[in-house]
Amino acid sequence: MSTENKNTIPCRKMFTDTLVELAKKDRDIVAVTTDARGSVTLDTFANELPDQFVELGIAEQNAVGVAAGLVSAGKKAFVCGPACFYVARSLEQVKVDLAYSANSVKILGVSGGVSYGALGFSHHSLHDIAVLRTFPGMHIVLPCDIRQTKKLVEELVDYPFPVYIRVGRNAVPNVYEDETMEFKIGKANLLLDGNDLTIIGTGETVYHCLQAGKRLHEQGIKARVIDMHTLKPFDREIVEKAARETGKIITVEEHSIFGGLGGSVAEIVAQSTPVPMRILGIPDENSIHGTPLEIFKYYGIDADGIFKTAISLCNE
Amino acid sequence: MLKANQQKIKELRLQAEKIRRKVVEIVYASKGGHIGGSLSSVDIETALYFHVMNIDPKNPNMENRDRFILSKGHSVEALYSVLAAKGFIEDSLLDTYGQFNSKLAGHPTKKTPGIELNSGALGHGLSVGIGMAMAAKMDQKTYKTYVLMGDGEQGEGSIYEAAMSGSHYKLDNLVAIIDRNKLQISGKTEDVMSLEPMRGRWEAFGWEVMDMEGNDMKDIVKTFENMDYGNGKPKLIIAHTTKGCGISYMEKIAKWHHGVPNNDQFNLAITEIKAKIKSLNEE
Repeated sequence: MSTENKNTIPCRKMFTDTLVELAKKDRDIVAVTTDARGSVTLDTFANELPDQFVELGIAEQNAVGVAAGLVSAGKKAFVCGPACFYVARSLEQVKVDLAYSANSVKILGVSGGVSYGALGFSHHSLHDIAVLRTFPGMHIVLPCDIRQTKKLVEELVDYPFPVYIRVGRNAVPNVYEDETMEFKIGKANLLLDGNDLTIIGTGETVYHCLQAGKRLHEQGIKARVIDMHTLKPFDREIVEKAARETGKIITVEEHSIFGGLGGSVAEIVAQSTPVPMRILGIPDENSIHGTPLEIFKYYGIDADGIFKTAISLCNE
Repeated sequence: MLKANQQKIKELRLQAEKIRRKVVEIVYASKGGHIGGSLSSVDIETALYFHVMNIDPKNPNMENRDRFILSKGHSVEALYSVLAAKGFIEDSLLDTYGQFNSKLAGHPTKKTPGIELNSGALGHGLSVGIGMAMAAKMDQKTYKTYVLMGDGEQGEGSIYEAAMSGSHYKLDNLVAIIDRNKLQISGKTEDVMSLEPMRGRWEAFGWEVMDMEGNDMKDIVKTFENMDYGNGKPKLIIAHTTKGCGISYMEKIAKWHHGVPNNDQFNLAITEIKAKIKSLNEE
């Protein structure tokens, strides 16, 4: 991990801080939670805007349904809680009450992926992308740092579709150096250009992809690095271009190797521009316990692991 | 709502019978549907749409409209027939029910004007209704939310998550109704999974519970007219109904949950409804 990059604010905190500021000016913004105000960092929202805050106790199914009703009646509802529960316990409500019924609720899934590393597989959410991308009308975004998170929240308030947002628990290094970067849901960002291979990350893996990409450039391998913050709608164009121009693709995700970022890219590449690919993620096993960084390292989705896979792919 | 006099109640009864006939016709024509629970809920929905609720078929998205959610979405034939009778949809659209790519799916969808939620997965409607009722309170709006559930549906645990929040937030602008016809797809509700004491359970969750004869228009109207929407409690009406109500050979028989009448059965059903309409007209 880079030592000069010392951000201490978790993305969940940036999300809720931004939401509070927007909600002060827009009474229709409502935060809904399930005994998770602490883990989400919604205390300020609850204290400053009690009339726009809905606590439902530990009841995720009800929370998603209630949020659908709020949105249906003109509110802008953000359901906030641990990612692992919203995309499992309340999955049918997400499918029917949000996606199928076109209720534009925003679900903030915090501490996603392996953020709750030591708590074990029950608390990991490594299936969310795969499941949710099969629901027509459901959109999915994994921001990679606090600057992107802030821009995302601003776009979400009046975004007319239901969206699942996954962020991690801990503070992560900044990927974007200042506020001037572009951000638009559905449009991936090119972080580093090159024509030797492409590395595509999403969420917290983007930083590791970028670090690996920079090291590859130092070794004379011109890696292209893409931040695929939106998993749905998917930026097909940037993937096809990368396949055509670089001929090799590595995808890196804090998610099962089945059906997530790698699956999304492979579906496109295999049908339009077949090129060699490596899908890095969590294999088909109950993921190992540890800190998120220990787990990233173990499964080769940290900068070192990505670098090694890239070298190996380039030597084939 | 204005108090219904005897004439109004007679009109509502007649309306309900016409809707009942439509239900039988569309199930017969499409060779599918959930006729038993549609027939048990016809009178309740007729009362809501033709007497109780503030709605406008010409303006189905009117901001302060009362909301109705059919949580027992499988009983959609009754809802479609009510919406057609009220003028939300053309009568001719009902003829497409069950056909390829019809706008009228086998469970409610928002493609149909007047429908608020795509339902069909049981145990969802009450939570969504709570969200609507909560939004009305936040915005100081006067509309009411009505949610019709099945009795078999009461097996879904999510309903009790919703029940807790309804009383916690004192949603007295919310009325949930259970179509208590005592039958579900596999047989008697009490054999499949005991639901009693239903009143005690809901009272324990902090709801104001009312019993209502759900196929008796006079009692339905009285129940809604006497509702206290300002007492800080969400309402739960146990609507005592008869599955297959109005068609002699269907009543209280579980297989008519989703049975389809054959030609002779269809003719008999229509004959019975016509006779009922005739006798109501002669009252």
